[in-house]
Amino acid sequence: MSSTQSLGTATEVVKAATRRPSRIGRMIRRPLPAMGAVLLLILISVSIGAPWITAQDPFDMNVVDRLQPPNETYFFGTDAFGRDIFTRTLYGGRVSLIIGVSVAVTSTVIGLIIGIIAGYFRMADAILMRIMDGLMAIPGILLAIGLMSLTRASIWVVIIAITIPEVPRVVRLVRSVVLTVREQVYIQAAGAIGTRFPRLMLKHILPNTFAPLIVQATYIAASAVLIESYLSFLGVGTPPEIPSWGNIIAEGRLYVQIAFWNILFPSIFLALMVLSINILGDGLRDMLDPRLARRI
Amino acid sequence: MKTFFKKAVALASLTMALSSMAEAQVPAATRANTLKVVVHANLQILDPVWTTAFITGRHSYLIYDTLYAANSRFEPKPQMAEGHEISADGLVYRIRLREGLRFHDGTPVRAQDAVASLRRWMARDVMGQQMAAVTASVETVDDRSFEIRLKERWGMVLDALAKPSNPAFIMPERVAQTPPTTQVTDTTGSGPFIFVREEWRPGNRVMYRRNPDYVPRQEPADYLSGGKRALVERVEWLYIPDQNTALAALNSGEIDYFEAPPLDFIASLQRNRNIRIVDIDALGTAGLIRPNHLYPPFNDARARQALAHLVRQEDFMRVVVGNPALYSKFCGSFFMCGSGNGTEVGSEPFREPNVERARQLFREAGYNGEPIVVLQPTDRPQYNAATMVLVQAMRRAGLNVDVQAMDWSTLLSRRASRNNPYQGGYHIFLTTHGGPTTALPPSNTWFNTRCDRANPGWACDEKLVELVADWSRESDAATRRPILETIHRRAWEVIPYVPYGQYTQPVAVRANVHGVLAAGIPVYWNIEKR
Amino acid sequence: MGNYVARRIFATIPVMGVVAIIVFLMLRLSPGDPAAIIAGDHATSDEIAEIREHLGLDRPLLEQFIRWLGQLVSGDFGVSIYMEQPVLGLILERVEPTLALAISTMIFAIALAVPLGVIAAWRAGSWVDQTIMALSVLAFSVPVFLIGYGLVMGFSLALELLPVQGFVSISEDPIGFLQHILLPTVALGLVYTALLARITRATMLETLNEDYIRTARAKGLAEPRVLILHALKNASVPIVTTIGTGLALLIGGVVVTESVFAVPGIGRLTIDAVLQRDYPVIQGVILVIAGVYVLVNLAIDLTYSLLDPRIRY
Repeated sequence: MSSTQSLGTATEVVKAATRRPSRIGRMIRRPLPAMGAVLLLILISVSIGAPWITAQDPFDMNVVDRLQPPNETYFFGTDAFGRDIFTRTLYGGRVSLIIGVSVAVTSTVIGLIIGIIAGYFRMADAILMRIMDGLMAIPGILLAIGLMSLTRASIWVVIIAITIPEVPRVVRLVRSVVLTVREQVYIQAAGAIGTRFPRLMLKHILPNTFAPLIVQATYIAASAVLIESYLSFLGVGTPPEIPSWGNIIAEGRLYVQIAFWNILFPSIFLALMVLSINILGDGLRDMLDPRLARRI
Repeated sequence: MKTFFKKAVALASLTMALSSMAEAQVPAATRANTLKVVVHANLQILDPVWTTAFITGRHSYLIYDTLYAANSRFEPKPQMAEGHEISADGLVYRIRLREGLRFHDGTPVRAQDAVASLRRWMARDVMGQQMAAVTASVETVDDRSFEIRLKERWGMVLDALAKPSNPAFIMPERVAQTPPTTQVTDTTGSGPFIFVREEWRPGNRVMYRRNPDYVPRQEPADYLSGGKRALVERVEWLYIPDQNTALAALNSGEIDYFEAPPLDFIASLQRNRNIRIVDIDALGTAGLIRPNHLYPPFNDARARQALAHLVRQEDFMRVVVGNPALYSKFCGSFFMCGSGNGTEVGSEPFREPNVERARQLFREAGYNGEPIVVLQPTDRPQYNAATMVLVQAMRRAGLNVDVQAMDWSTLLSRRASRNNPYQGGYHIFLTTHGGPTTALPPSNTWFNTRCDRANPGWACDEKLVELVADWSRESDAATRRPILETIHRRAWEVIPYVPYGQYTQPVAVRANVHGVLAAGIPVYWNIEKR
Repeated sequence: MGNYVARRIFATIPVMGVVAIIVFLMLRLSPGDPAAIIAGDHATSDEIAEIREHLGLDRPLLEQFIRWLGQLVSGDFGVSIYMEQPVLGLILERVEPTLALAISTMIFAIALAVPLGVIAAWRAGSWVDQTIMALSVLAFSVPVFLIGYGLVMGFSLALELLPVQGFVSISEDPIGFLQHILLPTVALGLVYTALLARITRATMLETLNEDYIRTARAKGLAEPRVLILHALKNASVPIVTTIGTGLALLIGGVVVTESVFAVPGIGRLTIDAVLQRDYPVIQGVILVIAGVYVLVNLAIDLTYSLLDPRIRY
């Protein structure tokens, strides 16, 4: 039975040929982003639910049990201080999540504000963009290291130190959207009938920034989790008391030859989280606006 | 296509020819006879008077020589000196230099050089300053001898000159005349090795070559004294901050000598037949907890005793060291267990932790739950680990602890601050010391209880200062002993600091490296590669 | 065109100025004190104060900044507080390993990423594409130091093929140079490759949808010719841009890689300097790196007209 029998007129043929699958449908049919989202959800819930999953205290040092391989009491083994790696890995997820989300949100919000100002007001644009260019010229890690050394280590300092180098990219993105939208006829028309800037911004400009911003935010979150691990690896990251995956890996890296479980498990979790966020970002990008696939 | 291949082959063979030519420039024999050492820190400052950094001290032992040096019984033995005469009243020391001593530039070593070097050293070094306080003058007598004239009897002159850490290294007069507040840049010395400045890559590599004109003493090498025979052509120091990389390099044979292998790895290194673990430091390292004597609660001796009652040394050692072969379960001496002064009297109540007593003493001292600020250096693994053990012990005892993590450089400036702990000051920090310098009451810098002139922490106890001065005045071991025990008992009441354990840091060498001296610190004479 | 070049060069000055201000403020406001570190473990507060004065650290901030700027303009990047050697000299000594690593990583990444990206775009949607993209995401999700350790354990310790650490200058020993640079290059290069491959694929996808590609294919041109001569050439602008902006990412990665493989480059110099508050060195390094970044991007901007004749100034 030929499929053409079920098709009638030429219009219907053309319609059938050009019917685009729904956005969600497209996403579900590509397994990778869906898996990414699921994986991320699992990691998030496991991290948030850490206190209920494990009864042990991530700070508790049982000196006698140090550097033990995985066993019934310590599922992932213990580190050089006798602390349970399983517990620390789960709690570490919280820290990595907090850092990832905070950096993403903060840099997006700040970048949005600056980007809109730069895109809309010519005068501010020149100055702001020079500052952004200057910031971008300094490699993020060096800037973060420098900022970290400004004050005592704490999660807030880490968040700020990672946020600042990420802001310029968001600003550029927002600014380019604003510049494009601004030239549209309907914006000029709205301006002609007397629409004031705040309303213009809220109703017309902002909505256009959402899609690229969300995608960018996911990439920033993934990058932030990674950068935190680099900072901890170099010794200038989260305070060592607080378990973050980067910290646990940094502390355990010395023992990679005699007690590799120290870094194996947090590494897997770290890689999985970054991976799932990245995959989610890809999926979001494809879903929200395929044209972005080429721009980002 | 064919021509392309031909060209590629020609280029490849040319490259290989060039590379083998390049390799040939460094004679094969020399390359084989280079001792490659991984050092524990980056050599940045070349002046041993200007800084007390260990790495600079070790650099100095390679290129300089000293008037006297300590032997394995920590007795001062002549090194550059031929001998000395002490006047009957004990106030004049006349020291004569050996014959044939030359600096690396060929000029002979004269008394003038020794005097200038001594003067510069006495201006900065802790023990040098103590000597300066009792010295009237240091003057040359002739080209080969000079005199130290004291104002009062002081039995430590030769010990000071033979001090293993930060001794008075002898530099040429013109170099030693640099003010003590400025670094010297001229590295001319008279030691068994010569610093090869052209090959120095700060942060990566330091190169030394054998001094062919060095005349070692006849006696066999014994600790830091005796004949310093340089048996390798070159010594190359590599700074590899990543310990995994350094271990891997030792395992693969890329380096010959690892100064400070991580203690947890000693056991597995011992199992490797290509590697030997050598204990070069009989006395070892002692950890100490330094409370700030300026502010409550630790301005009250009871609070300091309480702190001592919380410490289980074995816990600290387990975490900091790991391998039980490298530490003792408890060392209650302020002057290094195993040394001549290693008495433990007065430490009995503190052998086992006593949390109840600690709580009681804290209450008596007026502690009411205020936060105790503890400084934690995150980039110094051993100090970091010890701090964490202390904090846990304090918290388990119910104390309110505010741990502030920072890097070592920040900690160094923080601990020098006399401010209130809540305004940029602190209550507690941890550090280490060790070796024979710690074993002597007057040279043990952290033991110094001269209040304002003491080290950060500012331990303050006049009685202890008097007792130490009494001890220094005596030179006879029999008279010194009872004074020492009095000092020690008082120390455990006053608690200038709380010892948290004593351990050794062995070095790891490839099996073909022989002659590693037990000199307390890594020294590179007497070593050969076979 | 000349006008454009001049304008672009001129525009870099305020950027560098901003960098200078950021760097200077960042360091002078930090609490760690180099004087305390230099004075050593056993120094008294008086000695520390003396050293501060000697180094000029007690002068007002503005005065320090102006003095520093003046020195910069005359090419004097100052003297390291610790080593009492000129900063510029220190940087130049250590620039070779970093430069070698950065260049070899870029070559590695471009050589690997561009073909992969082209192939992925060409076979968009197929398992080849999905695999390449999946591997890319994996490559930039795993921290560089883990890749580094994995490579060392595998190639150096287990197989004993390559050295664990260090750097050999190409002028000293070309074979040794290659041996020592290979592992660090691969460790860092994988991340960069992933990024570049994604961008290449994205731009190629867009280009391949253009009409002129369909025309070229319809004309009967061989596929490789179509892909490279037509599509890639036109897609090159964003790819080259990414190479330029990715340089900042690369330098960040170089810092970590140098740490793992004990390569004596600028990265390690910076970290040590930061941990010790050696202000002149930190400032000098960041300025130099930022300067290089700005220059590279300037060069890239200026070469656009070569790549895409539609871009005219």
